[in-house]
Amino acid sequence: MKILVAVKRVVDYNIKVRIKADGSDVDIDGVKMSVNPFDENAIEEAIRLKEQGIASEVVLVSLGSAANQDVLRHGLAMGADRAILIESSANLEPLAVAKSLKALFAREQPQLILLGKQAVDDDAGQTGQMLAALLDYPQATFASALEVNGSEVLVTREVDGGTETLALKLPAVITTDLRLNNPRFVKLPNLMMARKKALETISATELAVDVAPRHQLLKVAEPPARKAGVKVGSVAELLEKLRAHEGITL
Amino acid sequence: MKTLILAEHDGKALNASVYKAVTAAQFWPAPVELLVVGHRISAISQEAAKIAGVSRVIQVDAENLAHQLAEDVAKVMTHLAKDYPVILAAHSSFSRNILPRVAALLDVAMISDALEIQANNTYVRSIYAGNIYTTIQSADAIQVLSVHASHFSAATRTEQLAEIQAINPELSQQNTRWVSETRSQSERPALGSAKVVVSGGRSLGSAETFEQVLSPLANKLGAALGATRAAVDAGYAPNDIQVGQTGVTVAPDLYIAVGVSGAVQHTYGMKDSKVVVAINQDPDAPIFQVADYGLVGDLFEVIPALTSSL
Repeated sequence: MKILVAVKRVVDYNIKVRIKADGSDVDIDGVKMSVNPFDENAIEEAIRLKEQGIASEVVLVSLGSAANQDVLRHGLAMGADRAILIESSANLEPLAVAKSLKALFAREQPQLILLGKQAVDDDAGQTGQMLAALLDYPQATFASALEVNGSEVLVTREVDGGTETLALKLPAVITTDLRLNNPRFVKLPNLMMARKKALETISATELAVDVAPRHQLLKVAEPPARKAGVKVGSVAELLEKLRAHEGITL
Repeated sequence: MKTLILAEHDGKALNASVYKAVTAAQFWPAPVELLVVGHRISAISQEAAKIAGVSRVIQVDAENLAHQLAEDVAKVMTHLAKDYPVILAAHSSFSRNILPRVAALLDVAMISDALEIQANNTYVRSIYAGNIYTTIQSADAIQVLSVHASHFSAATRTEQLAEIQAINPELSQQNTRWVSETRSQSERPALGSAKVVVSGGRSLGSAETFEQVLSPLANKLGAALGATRAAVDAGYAPNDIQVGQTGVTVAPDLYIAVGVSGAVQHTYGMKDSKVVVAINQDPDAPIFQVADYGLVGDLFEVIPALTSSL
């Protein structure tokens, strides 16, 4: 079974992103970039399925500029077999990414596609479901456990109020949540070995997909700040403030 | 032209966020219709028909829709879509699962978790865990969006019953099978709509102390329990009570953060709360920057003292 894992290169989640002086966009020049954390769970799960003898090949794919090679090399160092970079200078929305992945799917014919449940930059959480729709394949989002049983995959999903388990016929699309696994650390020798693994570059135009953006960014701004609070010295003072100043019945 | 809302429910009642989605939908000067999908849902459709501002309820009741699988609900919605230039739902794990699938089938982009509707195709939404607000304009002929429920007031109920129309689209997919579910058993109010939320972080130390320290307080306040991702990852609390960027967003009247450091990924999910109280041993914890009232102290002393003075 071949597994395709989609990987997004995003601003490292520890970094507080700033706004350009003219308010036209965020300023991410020179900022540390990393693999989207949820995608790292997807890579890890694919590699574990290979280590269990269930998957035969793990192929990574990322969309963006040549700079995206770093996140693909990271995934190769974790243990993926090869990687594909779909090179594009366009500002790619989830729908455009899903269409590009569909085009790649036709070439690669994987049995399972894993993606992070959302990217921590745009927080959209759409690409996996869109890809499943375009392929007319079953989907399971927010996966916290998965188990391949022959031609089916059992997926436990984290939903509001608990969890839900679905059985999907392969091929299927699954988006991964943080509690699916703990991604392994990459050791330096693995990074060196990953340089020898195949990393193919395809031009997005080769895939002949309409990736024109549907959304126009008009403005970016800081969110409204909460008014500064006060520190209280004791439980009694806290209750007095809540009752007298906020009118809360306690 | 009409606006369609996908109504979330648990088989027994509508989710409270549906009332807020109705208010959001009023932005467009068009009749608002609610779509209720499931099995044995006539009581839910009745409730939906009594929301002020709803002109019609479309009920799709079938045995194989009991679990509202995304593949099926998306098919139902694309079948209906030609009459609706606006399709929306309150943002939740339910709508996040289904709406992107609908948007792709309609070949339109989607707006996730809109905080504000500025014009009939222009929205404010946040990126980077709520650190940045963006204003975006959509060029699509059909607007598919989820709305940040806590930013909209709840529509009221009326005694006037809107029309309920039952439809039976043909559904034949066999590729996804529902197997089982686990629902958290709790006497407490639902986290998403509770008036008071008591949330705990990793400082609680274990699942046992999380329960021992926070439960008596939550019980006295009639509050829902919440948790940070760190506390959930450590196994102190179940996943479905995680508040934040990747969990549930809450906006109660009172939010009490106990031993919560205040990472942006957490504050994203609670900063719309009316009054925020933070209790933390570290006077420099970022949670104090979003708290109205901060109390620096050992939570294992402060919380029992607070509980016993209520």
